[in-house]
Amino acid sequence: MEWSGAVSLGAMTQRITRDEVVHVARLARLSLSDAEIDEFTSQLGDILEHAADIEALDVGDVEPTLHPLPMVNVLRPDELCPALDRDLLLSQAPAAEDGQFRVPPILGEEP
Amino acid sequence: MSALDLASAVRSGERSAVDVIDEHLARIDARDGEINAFNQVTAVAAREAAAAVDAAVAAGKDPGPLAGVPIAIKDNMCTTGVATTCSSKILEGWEPPYDATVVQRVAAAGAVMVGKTNLDEFAMGSSTENSAFGPTKNPLDTSRVPGGSSGGSAAAVAADFASLSLGSDTGGSIRQPAAFCGLVGMKPTYGAVSRYGLIAFGSSLDQIGPFSKTVVESAALLEVIGGHDPLDSTSIDQSAFDLTSVLDRGVEGMRIGILRELSGGEGGVEGLSADVIARTNEAAAALEKAGATVVEVSVPSATLGLSAYYLVAPAEASSNLSRFDGVRYGLRVDAPTTGEMMTATRTAGFGPEVKRRIMLGTYALSAGYYDAFYGRALKVRTMMLQEFALVYAEVDLLLTPTAPTTAFRLGDRTADPMTMYVNDVCTIPSNLTGHPAISVPFGVGDDGLPVGVQLLGPALSEPTIYQAAAALEAAAPGEGSLS
Repeated sequence: MEWSGAVSLGAMTQRITRDEVVHVARLARLSLSDAEIDEFTSQLGDILEHAADIEALDVGDVEPTLHPLPMVNVLRPDELCPALDRDLLLSQAPAAEDGQFRVPPILGEEP
Repeated sequence: MSALDLASAVRSGERSAVDVIDEHLARIDARDGEINAFNQVTAVAAREAAAAVDAAVAAGKDPGPLAGVPIAIKDNMCTTGVATTCSSKILEGWEPPYDATVVQRVAAAGAVMVGKTNLDEFAMGSSTENSAFGPTKNPLDTSRVPGGSSGGSAAAVAADFASLSLGSDTGGSIRQPAAFCGLVGMKPTYGAVSRYGLIAFGSSLDQIGPFSKTVVESAALLEVIGGHDPLDSTSIDQSAFDLTSVLDRGVEGMRIGILRELSGGEGGVEGLSADVIARTNEAAAALEKAGATVVEVSVPSATLGLSAYYLVAPAEASSNLSRFDGVRYGLRVDAPTTGEMMTATRTAGFGPEVKRRIMLGTYALSAGYYDAFYGRALKVRTMMLQEFALVYAEVDLLLTPTAPTTAFRLGDRTADPMTMYVNDVCTIPSNLTGHPAISVPFGVGDDGLPVGVQLLGPALSEPTIYQAAAALEAAAPGEGSLS
């Protein structure tokens, strides 16, 4: 096991890598310290290891259940009805201006 | 005095609602410093609401079936103008602009909210130790946890701070704390109680339900909060349950299955303690003695519930919690750009367990892993529904323990997430299937702490569940009795 740049045997059986944890944190808009990255790599690995029984399962052509109730397209009548007051809602925002939520600049950011 | 006795004393004018509330507020003052059941006590509003109940009685108006009954509300249900925190720093300073439907319904029934109760942050946990405001302690033994995530709601009733409380149950968060605190805790059928105004954790799993000391009080509170709500698109279109009238029917002729995989049977889940299994078997014997037929049944996929749940629930949570980004409500940590502001806000606002589940859920939903984990978990859900349907063709209800052990010590299980997660092994299947389940106290463990046993039934079998729960309560050793 001495090929350079490759993963060690330990890492091959690892459920989730450190790089994946860093990637997922960016998707979830969380900033993790080095210690947290290590901790999550190990803990998420343990949890996913537990999920191995599902990974190994022969689920064949079983349909997925997204939701316990077989309800679809619950619609209300298309009628005007009172909504929550805009000023009341904006009063709870960290920053608001001219009837809108105010945020810092968004242009020029990395996606 | 039970909630129903209190209500009838208030309704008849024999007792004033203000006195009842003052008595409970005094008890909170005296002991909640130690227990920490409440994030906020709403004393002023409670006295005002109680005075309104007394005024209605004096004017000859109907003050409602729960007139003057003190009730505690889990702090993940919206209350107009009263801070709602989910025990998280990220909702700091937020006051909801509307009431959850259940909050409106209990108030309309005359119940008086005395405060908002502590929980594991965003209801993620099984001990109420994951709260940003410190842990809640079990009133029966303050070195122990009250269970979770609705630990504050359970502790509030166990400590007589309130007669009743509301919790939410995504993987056992009502039933397990009920078991740990010696209470009755019910997770109704998914869709039977409106989730409007409940801050979402796992939207296909979450359900609101009641805590109480007795089965009849639980039934009365579920009658009040249940029934269709047009504001919740997952609300089942039917009227509220009639439950209190069926409690005395007994279990004669009922068929009850001991669910082998969750009750210490061979090939089932491991880690159930011997005293808990013994109480479950005694509960089965008591139901048999009361006239039920008890048989052993098998749902093999029940052993996969824990794994499926810890993929489905975090996946839904990671999506639901994306709304906490510092833009519309709660905490904002300033930064030069919106993206940096969002990351800084979420990093500062969420605690470790919430971050862990967001990470797990984001991973399970990400490209390359969706089919292997999340997609398969949803198929396990289908398998469970099919297997439970087969079993419910043979029996009316199922019996299992509620939790693997009695209440454990504070700090005992915080080091390793998996040791905490296995607490939910017996309660999770009902959330994955959407079926109702109740925890009823049945004796104590070797440590003298209460043991809860669980009755499970098919969708909308609440009347049958309550009927059997009442029989179980009547047969329970010690204090258990129909009051």
